[in-house]
Amino acid sequence: MDTLDFSALKKNLKKDFSGFPEVKICVLGDAPTQLLVQALRGFGYNQKISYTILEADFDQIDRQLMDPASDVYAFNPDFIIVYNAQQKLQQKFYKKKRTEKESFASDFINHLEELFSSVNSNTSCRIIYLNFAESLDGVYGNYANNIDFSFLYQIRKINLELMNMAIKTGNLSICDISLLSSFLGKQVVFSPSLYINSNLTFSLDFLPVVVKNISDIILSAKGKFNKCIILDLDNTLWGGIIGDDGIENIQIGDLGIGKAFTELQYWVMQLKERGIIVCVCSKNNEEIAREPFEKHPDMVLRMEDISVFMANWETKADNIRAIQAILNIGFDSMVFLDDNPFEREFVKKEIPEITVPDLPEDPAEYLLYLQSLNLFEISALSAEDEKRTQQYQEDAKRTVIKKSFANEEEFLSSLEMISEVSAFNKFSTPRVAQLTQRSNQFNLRTIRYSESEVASLSQDPNAITLSYNLQDKYGQYGLISVVVLKKKTDRIVAIDTWLMSCRVLKRGMEKFVLNTIVAAAQKGGFEWIEGEYIPTAKNDMVADHYKSLGFEAMEKENHWQLNVGNYSKFEVYIQEVKA
Amino acid sequence: MEKNEVLALVNEVFIDALDNEDIKLTEATTANDVEEWDSLSHIQLIVAVEKKFKIRFTSGEIHGFKNVGDMCDAIIAKLG
Repeated sequence: MDTLDFSALKKNLKKDFSGFPEVKICVLGDAPTQLLVQALRGFGYNQKISYTILEADFDQIDRQLMDPASDVYAFNPDFIIVYNAQQKLQQKFYKKKRTEKESFASDFINHLEELFSSVNSNTSCRIIYLNFAESLDGVYGNYANNIDFSFLYQIRKINLELMNMAIKTGNLSICDISLLSSFLGKQVVFSPSLYINSNLTFSLDFLPVVVKNISDIILSAKGKFNKCIILDLDNTLWGGIIGDDGIENIQIGDLGIGKAFTELQYWVMQLKERGIIVCVCSKNNEEIAREPFEKHPDMVLRMEDISVFMANWETKADNIRAIQAILNIGFDSMVFLDDNPFEREFVKKEIPEITVPDLPEDPAEYLLYLQSLNLFEISALSAEDEKRTQQYQEDAKRTVIKKSFANEEEFLSSLEMISEVSAFNKFSTPRVAQLTQRSNQFNLRTIRYSESEVASLSQDPNAITLSYNLQDKYGQYGLISVVVLKKKTDRIVAIDTWLMSCRVLKRGMEKFVLNTIVAAAQKGGFEWIEGEYIPTAKNDMVADHYKSLGFEAMEKENHWQLNVGNYSKFEVYIQEVKA
Repeated sequence: MEKNEVLALVNEVFIDALDNEDIKLTEATTANDVEEWDSLSHIQLIVAVEKKFKIRFTSGEIHGFKNVGDMCDAIIAKLG
């Protein structure tokens, strides 16, 4: 875990946050939270986020969350952080009679459920709840495991029940204090003297770790998370140099320190199965570099696990740019692993947005170090995630094939694209919500919808919802575009949301989508379609979207309109099928 | 270590932790004399001083500090 210093975070508070996007947060705790708030704001500077934080008065959790007219709800936060201190919990537990102790966790969880359901009926924001460090209370020794009325049993049960709650409710994130504490150790995360003298429940060295974890959750919920891991080969994925040592001498499996690399590969494989795109970027002869993936019996990763394989003598930065061009995802969602500090510095300098962990010198330390960084935080999963490797491999094929066609049209029609268009339904809801939360570039208004909001849109009589699946002869793209139209007047329908996955750019998909929007507007009896472009730091690519599709500019800046009656359909190379 | 050396090092810690180059401590300095020295930054100062000298104050010592001089005395006693 990279060490962050509380003082450094505090110094950030004096710096200039202007121009950073604002995120509104409420912090409620039953122990003092001032230092936590200072650290979080300070950490925001490192992440280029300006946290506006409403810190509730001490010990006001119930009072604030149960009252619909409270300051918290009036503040309209993006996130609510709730912190019950483990020390407080322990005191409460100790005060219980013996007969009440075995139901302590259930009572506590029931109360939290009440609180959170009140939150959900007053706001749609995400709750971040800090779970509890397990406590060595020394009352029953190991026998605490044998009885359900020990504090150990009850605190573990609370942590487990919190997970069950998080599974059930889509908008609850757990900041896993228990995990962080066991990683770092009680002696690091807690300082008895600071607790006794100043009622500080986390040590000053632990606070930065906690706020980093909270910030990971916030960023991932806001759509900023890593999607791809790019791997160097020699001494990163196996020990030794394949070009010099040959396939039989590289260290993987039982040879030398091969175990370090085998375990790293198993971890990467788990990431791949979760939906992280795995790519290779190595200075090597391609044929030689592929050999271990194809022939070495102890390799865990195989060619079919790698979405884009770049082994040549270009610079690493150029190869990473080539990978980016194929995948069409932001550099800020990529992680690059390389054992060579020179290559790391070079890539960091050339591509500042990419995450480049400073791997320890000893390969035995790679894995634990990488795991400690929490590089792959995520706030929702969909079925699409797991198919991603295959999808990007298909993309790589298309990129190669495209070069062999004389013109765009010929290429597009050769793809034999088919799109299924349907209104939102319960099967598409998670993916639709995920796309609204993740799409940053091809997104006209960047409105984020939660799953429950998507579900209610599909019931709204004044809304027309459209989702688009796409496939071609190389494979499935899955659900890649989302449109929400909202009735403005009897004559006018407005485009509330129009977004598309950047993977399907330059396929004529946007023209196809417009054809279907116009058809839907016609069916609803509307005469005009109005579109708006709301600029963000990332959606520059659609600044001229409406203009290029033939909309006329309205008086108000970034507002566009299209007359339904005068519309002539765009020619597209995508065949429509209705669900 | 001489008391004035300890004081000079403590002064460095205060300047860094409170992010104020102008802090000039004397043995008689109290929290009232330094603008940024409040109950929150006090925690930070104690931890920073402990790290600098690689010592741990007892709770009794922390409570007994009336001024910077007391803190320096406690540091000297611990360094032996």
